[in-house]
Amino acid sequence: MNEIIGFIIIGIGLVFDLFGCIGLVRMPNVYTRLQAATKCVTLGTCSILFGVLCLSGFDSTGLKALICIAFVAVTSPTAAHAIARASHKFGVSVHKDAVVDRYDEEVDHHEEGETL
Amino acid sequence: MDTFAYVFACIAFGLLTFSAVLCLYRIGMGPTAPDRAVAIDILGTLLIGFCAVLAIVTGIVEVAGGSKFVAARMRDFYLNVAIAWALLSFIGSIALAKFLEGKGFDE
Repeated sequence: MNEIIGFIIIGIGLVFDLFGCIGLVRMPNVYTRLQAATKCVTLGTCSILFGVLCLSGFDSTGLKALICIAFVAVTSPTAAHAIARASHKFGVSVHKDAVVDRYDEEVDHHEEGETL
Repeated sequence: MDTFAYVFACIAFGLLTFSAVLCLYRIGMGPTAPDRAVAIDILGTLLIGFCAVLAIVTGIVEVAGGSKFVAARMRDFYLNVAIAWALLSFIGSIALAKFLEGKGFDE
């Protein structure tokens, strides 16, 4: 029973990884690519590791998979946030159909406040 | 169950390799530098999934060979690789982000 559940969860994770990478290729802009790829691939990889935990039980392999789940779930959104901030400062503009850019307004307002 | 696991692992390697090829396409053809940084970050996370699938197949191979103690140690080995890869990929992504912002590494 554990093996069946583990293989099903690993299959779900593989499908999420594939959809994240298709979004990485198909999306039009850095921010949309980041949003599509990071969420899907983080969930997919955590799900594959959780499937390994289900397959092997709570021995050393399963506990290391659990540690790896915690680490990926903390560090991958952090890195994505840093890359998004860096690409905004690098000068990549938002998509031409976007209606609002709150971070740009916030940064401009903050810099005006600093110079005054 | 073992035959099913082998077939499942082959399909898993196929899907992950196709995803990695899509990431490599974005690394090669990305119009700006942050696109390439995003694709490198995603490729690092995909390789953790590779290590997890390798851990399953290695355990099955060693159990079929006979020694369960060796099997547990080999599975541990691939997950150690996965944990170390997660650490180094995170540090590399943060360094790339700092570099794109135009700052030094100590700010």
